Amino acid sequence: MKFSLTWLKDHLETDATLAEITDALNAIGLEVEGVEDPAEKLAGFRVAHVLTAARHPDADKLQVLTVDTGEGDPLQVVCGAPNARAGMKGVLGLPGATVPANGMVLKKSAIRGVESNGMMCSVRELELGEDHDGIIELPDDAPVGADFASYHGASPVIEVAVTPNRPDCMGVYGIARDLAAKGLGTLKPIAMPAFSPSGACPVEIRTDDPEGCPAFYGRVIKGVKNGPSPDWLQQRLKSAGQRPISLLVDLTNYLMLGFGRPAHVYDLAKLQGAVVARRAKDGEEVLALNEKTYTLDSDMTVIADEVQVHDIAGIMGGEHSGVQDDTTDVLLEIAYFDPARIGATGRKLGLSSDARTRFERGVDPEFLDDGLDLLTGLIVELAGGTPSEVVRAGSPPSEAKVIAFDTGLTTRLGGVDVPQDEQRRILESLGFAVGADWQVTCPLRRHDIEGPADLVEEVVRIHGLDKVASVALPRVEGVARPTATPQQKLERGLRRAAAASGLNEAVTWSFLPEWAANHFTDGNDTPWVLANPISEDLKAMRPSLLPGLLIAAKRNADRGADGTRLFEIGRRYFRAADGLSDERPTLGIVLAGENIPRGWQAGKARPFDAYDAKALALELLEAAGAPVQNLMVMGEAGPQFHPGQSATLRLGPKVVLARFGMVHPATLKAFDMEGPVAAVELFLDAIPAKKNAAFARAPFTPPTLQSVTRDFAFLVPETLAAGDLVRAVQGADKAHIVAARVFDVFAGQGVPEGRKSLAIEVTLQPGDKSFTDADLKTIAEKVVAAAAKLDGELRG
Amino acid sequence: MTELETSKQAALAAIAGAATLDALEEQRLAALSKKGWVSLALKTLGQMSPEERSAAAPAIQGARAEIAEAIEAKKAALEAAELEAQLARETLDLTLPAAAAPKGSVHPVSQVMDELAEIFADLGFAVATGPEIEDDWHNFTALNMDETHPARAMHDTFYFPDRTPEGREILLRTHTSPVQIRSMIAQGAPIRVIAPGRVYRSDSDATHTPMFHQVEGLVVDKGIHLGHLKWTLETFFKAFFEREDITLRLRPSYFPFTEPSVEVDVGYSTEGGRRVVGGHGDAPGHAWMELGGSGMVNARVLEFAGLDPEEWQGFAFGLGIDRIAMLKYGMNDLRAFFDGDPRWLQHYGFSPFDQPTLSAGVGARA
Repeated sequence: MKFSLTWLKDHLETDATLAEITDALNAIGLEVEGVEDPAEKLAGFRVAHVLTAARHPDADKLQVLTVDTGEGDPLQVVCGAPNARAGMKGVLGLPGATVPANGMVLKKSAIRGVESNGMMCSVRELELGEDHDGIIELPDDAPVGADFASYHGASPVIEVAVTPNRPDCMGVYGIARDLAAKGLGTLKPIAMPAFSPSGACPVEIRTDDPEGCPAFYGRVIKGVKNGPSPDWLQQRLKSAGQRPISLLVDLTNYLMLGFGRPAHVYDLAKLQGAVVARRAKDGEEVLALNEKTYTLDSDMTVIADEVQVHDIAGIMGGEHSGVQDDTTDVLLEIAYFDPARIGATGRKLGLSSDARTRFERGVDPEFLDDGLDLLTGLIVELAGGTPSEVVRAGSPPSEAKVIAFDTGLTTRLGGVDVPQDEQRRILESLGFAVGADWQVTCPLRRHDIEGPADLVEEVVRIHGLDKVASVALPRVEGVARPTATPQQKLERGLRRAAAASGLNEAVTWSFLPEWAANHFTDGNDTPWVLANPISEDLKAMRPSLLPGLLIAAKRNADRGADGTRLFEIGRRYFRAADGLSDERPTLGIVLAGENIPRGWQAGKARPFDAYDAKALALELLEAAGAPVQNLMVMGEAGPQFHPGQSATLRLGPKVVLARFGMVHPATLKAFDMEGPVAAVELFLDAIPAKKNAAFARAPFTPPTLQSVTRDFAFLVPETLAAGDLVRAVQGADKAHIVAARVFDVFAGQGVPEGRKSLAIEVTLQPGDKSFTDADLKTIAEKVVAAAAKLDGELRG
Repeated sequence: MTELETSKQAALAAIAGAATLDALEEQRLAALSKKGWVSLALKTLGQMSPEERSAAAPAIQGARAEIAEAIEAKKAALEAAELEAQLARETLDLTLPAAAAPKGSVHPVSQVMDELAEIFADLGFAVATGPEIEDDWHNFTALNMDETHPARAMHDTFYFPDRTPEGREILLRTHTSPVQIRSMIAQGAPIRVIAPGRVYRSDSDATHTPMFHQVEGLVVDKGIHLGHLKWTLETFFKAFFEREDITLRLRPSYFPFTEPSVEVDVGYSTEGGRRVVGGHGDAPGHAWMELGGSGMVNARVLEFAGLDPEEWQGFAFGLGIDRIAMLKYGMNDLRAFFDGDPRWLQHYGFSPFDQPTLSAGVGARA
């Protein structure tokens, strides 16, 4: 809300400086968003008298003026305005002044060869209005040489943010009341212009929707003369950022901006029969003042006559019965609308207005008669006419809330001691009635006050939040106790492990294009899709961390990155059986482009492969505390992966801890990417929690005897998984075989068609006696026998 | 000169002239092997009378020692020369680049969340979490924002077409505040938690993204008041920015879930085009900047969460994590947080070893 200092001072008797006022506004919760001082913008512009005007020697449309600036010799100024003439008074911008409208700094110059020492200005150039047909013409009594800003009465404009709980401050008067309570001055009584009503209101007024419109007051004024508003009114509206339109419209705006009280003025000539607040009929239409047509329904309250709807109640008037320049007879409407209904109607129609903002937050139910009289008086004073008596249909809410207030709560909740007398003074200055027993009666305009805590807020904000002293929270004795949950520790550790593995942590959107979400859904679930996404690209909640990372990797490739290694720890979003959200912590990795760039040692660049993905999966699972020795490498990584170059890591056949491998070419195509791209996904929710182990480790007992290694090479079917052979070999003699490791894989020359050679290094650990040749022979036979079961034959 | 002396001189000359270990070995064999001339000379001593022997022996034994010594010395010299030549052959051009291991990084949002957890743990706060796909009861109703509350208009909320089994609307949480409700319902009071996480609003421009990060703080206990809130935020910001001159200004404001409600400003100055937190906002060259909202938990919210407001009271606050990360670490573009550009991540991200600790100061300096 914007208003000028002059306007504020209409209601607040104060000697406070602008800075004191803005500080106080901030301190009481009316946040100052800006202060604009037009005097600053108008520095260097003066009231000037045009002494002579002559045709420019080289330009038809220009004149050469001599201008008296009130000091020194008259200045020569070149001017193109058609209305410039000898004898007139106007506004001269001196060299050095900045033209508000375009930021141009004026300087002494030559225009078509004639020296010019400044610029005579138009209304638009000084941002005082739209008129640009000629230069400003000031009255004859304007003092030559005066600073134009002070002559013009430019007043600083303050913009405050009014929180939605304070509709009573959505008018300058309410702000003045709050400032007076803060001690910034005295609130002046509202100046009510006198008028004498005569005769009953000739229009029947009813409310047929007492729920939506509990009160509808009206009055007719006949014989008004509409036209432009006087300067004082125009200046106030302009300071609020409103364009003056016509007296009748401007006065309703003045009532709204000055007193937080929306009202409506109908052109009586356009109305027929009774004017009624009622529910709209389904499908009923109205052309509103914003020149848009709205289709209404029966949940909405409207004001209508016998023929049509004239007002979307509390939100916007209708075009048909709006006042015009030639309007002579008017019907004034002041109503009280149910805030909830106004809000619902406004949301449904997608229609905002200053009136809606106030009505849906709640206007003052006690300001109907006064508001109507104030509006009537101003119209009569400025536009003439004969007002009728007021007519009232229904009545606004009138039951005041009474709160039993314990002033000690101010200390207990607000943390500041405020003497009882001061608490009483504050509440009373805000319009609360404080009984001797501290029964506090709230003014009806304060819809936000619900209980004692609200009164504490009133007392503390006026007394000053700066007077609240910091008080340390009580803390436990000794060192703070650990608070992190196992899941939090897992994620923290994993994040740093992933970064230590050379991956960059990304944070990507939780929502994806719908196709990308569907691509990763596998048909098992339906992704969560927003009803009102901000764009098609941010629409469906991710069922995997990979698509977001793929999209990021593509962006990087498009930017020319050679290699991208990204990870993210975040949630995947699924549906639980009860229809609620099932959000699962996940780590995703995407490896795109080159793993190792070409180099003098390595030769050609090496792209990422499935084993890079496997290494990361295992390393990070281990960092997460998963029992990696017990994991099975199985298939079914998902259709987004290369079927022959991907796998899952499982704990038992069912519990999938991770999937990894190369991304399927079809997926790459869908994401418009070049391959190869490797990916990993760790399902953190599936990793078994670490047992609550003690700090002390098991005792260290290195074997007394050295282990020995034996190498075996087997010819096996080429389809046999190396892991199967290793597991078989390891199980051949569990007492002695402590490790088995593939160190060579070979197929081709010397290996029969359909077979491959797997060379395995087996580590044997003797117990309390060294192995004899016979022992070693026995173990070797067991190894060979185990391999034979998998159709493996020892190579000669 | 005796015959022995002549032979010795010849042998020593040959040893000195040996160019290789093999040539040297030849000389050793010729002189000192069983059949070597020194060995043969020594044997002659056996046939001599004692007088002759004691006259001849020192010369022969001296010659043997002298030759053996010369061979050892020559051998060492030849070996050293050979090693030197070998090392010379093994010279590498160490201006060539070594293989570089890729360096990873931790995202600033994660880093700051870890910092928050570390600081607040010292004040006795645990970290709480809740779903991001929420229902309107937890996100609005229980926070005292009923169906028609104007504050619902303040948030442009992302909705799903789905409903909960109770018929509640399902939405993306617009703040971390629903975690307050869930934590109080699950744990009761007293409680001290922070709840960092993703939140969503239908907002996108140069300084707003539809997804961003907030941290919620909640303390409910007996006798907690605004002074505790102020101290907690001051203490947090001092620890977070590692500056003692942090000055907060509390301004009355409005949030449906707190009463009284307080906006928190911090004093800052501008240095080199960047905002630097610290100092009093009214001091010359300083100004105030809004950091977050807070207040005493509204009695209705406590009731919704199943706590008796006659018995318990407390405060809550909410801060933008991305924003305080930007203020501390100097990023100026929020959108880049979510772009996954490795260049940005390397520039603004953190080493995995920058694990925040109180003893080292939670922040990681550039």
